[in-house]
Amino acid sequence: MENIIEVENLNFGYEPGSLTLEAVSFTVPRGSSGCIVGPNGGGKSTLLKLLLGLLVPVSGGIRIFGKSPAAAREKVGYMPQYHKLDAAFPVSVLEVALMGRMRRNFWGRYSKADRIAALEALDEMGIADLENRSFSALSGGQRQRVLIARALAGDPELLLLDEPTANIDPGAEEQFHGALECLRKRMTVLTVSHDLGFVSRGNDLVICVNRFVSLHEAATFTADTANAVYHHDVDMIKHTHHCFCNCSGGECSHD
Amino acid sequence: MIDFFRQLFQPEMSFLHLALALGILASPALGVIGTLVVTKRISSIAGAGAHAALGGVGIALYLQRVLFWSWCTATAGAIAGAMAAALLVGIVSLSAREREDTVIAVVWALGMSLGLLFLDKTPGYVDLQGYLFGNILLVTANDLWMTLALDAIVVIPAVIFYNPLLATCFDGTFAVLRGVRTSLFYLVLLALTALTVVLLINVAGIVLVIALLTLPAATAGCFTRHLWSMMVCSGIFSALFISAGLLLSFYFSLPSGPVIVLAAALVYVISLLFSSRRRGEKNSAGGN
Repeated sequence: MENIIEVENLNFGYEPGSLTLEAVSFTVPRGSSGCIVGPNGGGKSTLLKLLLGLLVPVSGGIRIFGKSPAAAREKVGYMPQYHKLDAAFPVSVLEVALMGRMRRNFWGRYSKADRIAALEALDEMGIADLENRSFSALSGGQRQRVLIARALAGDPELLLLDEPTANIDPGAEEQFHGALECLRKRMTVLTVSHDLGFVSRGNDLVICVNRFVSLHEAATFTADTANAVYHHDVDMIKHTHHCFCNCSGGECSHD
Repeated sequence: MIDFFRQLFQPEMSFLHLALALGILASPALGVIGTLVVTKRISSIAGAGAHAALGGVGIALYLQRVLFWSWCTATAGAIAGAMAAALLVGIVSLSAREREDTVIAVVWALGMSLGLLFLDKTPGYVDLQGYLFGNILLVTANDLWMTLALDAIVVIPAVIFYNPLLATCFDGTFAVLRGVRTSLFYLVLLALTALTVVLLINVAGIVLVIALLTLPAATAGCFTRHLWSMMVCSGIFSALFISAGLLLSFYFSLPSGPVIVLAAALVYVISLLFSSRRRGEKNSAGGN
């Protein structure tokens, strides 16, 4: 199978002489879905920024779709943590979704096709009715879905989600897992999570980051493996759940 | 009251007419820049720029009067000082190696110190009070032309580049990923903020000009749901606050800067109370 992410012998540090990530090598095949886990300060966000080309490795290489991360950005969708954005910013839901269609043209004007794509992405996340609402008036779970819609509006082949279940209520979290299951059928999805329970929810790869990076198959990822990464005892909860999706209509019914 | 209005239209009141015209003409630029300064949260950088303008004024007047460099006017000095300060802070914050607020505080104080030292060594009378707290007698017809030019170089790019500007202000990281040159937008915004601040120094003074930039935009932010409508509203509020403040200060024989700022702050506080009560009602009704 074709690998869409190839990281080879990568080293990265913010300060000279101290490495945040060391000797990192892994590959992610097309169509898989992975979860990036690890303790706080272990380098999860740093790895994400390297994959997006926002940081440049000290040594070693990253290829995304066979190109440099900066050159591959058009095919990559990214969802930041919603609570890192200004909650009072005056912008509508549709305007946020349209940002996903911004291309490298000089003026940054949107075409009719851009509007249609943005509306479809909102519809897919089940929030088409919020189109004209103010982003600041939404709940945390709704904001997060707008940000996923923004990432989807750009037709990505790889979707990177940063802590999607942090700071949202349990009901919204369930809906989110349902939506994610639909997306995994269409594209490669990598999710950063501090929540180890996330691992068992539809992921086939687990990328453990704690200065060093190790790749595990989700099916064989056990509490013992997690302990080795975190260096202390962790609780793991196995989820069993089923999701019935109708991806063409965008609505996810969740069982 | 009638006497007041009759007096207002006397030809010898032309200094007041000039100040009013400047305030109203500056409002489109103030609306756009004020909104961006408030939403991008760079008001302290604008403050550093305003205070560093005094450094520029001091050096310029010194060169003019001691070395007889006649082209070195106070306005040119103020523009150079404010721009240098804003861009310096901007470049430091983009490279993110130093603590930004520390750099802002240093540039802020350094600009003031340089200004005060050079003005002290400059022969002849210097209206320090006027620079610090505003003196509308210093507004000239030339300033009006400069303000019109500022409107053009602020409003036209803001309309043309509205979408990338919105993306940059809302989520700079995402905008970078979509190919927007956010650093360029940021530095241009800082330069234009410095220019706007300098043009309003005569009306409100170095110490208070930052309030003139942020209060109308913050007030507009209580009522608007889009960046563009916040810019338009903020421009209208700027014109209203400046005109009302100037007329009140003239009527009661008070300094213009503090009266404009107090009037604007009063409206802002009322808007804030009004909008938070409205939001509270909506929250309890919608439960969302």
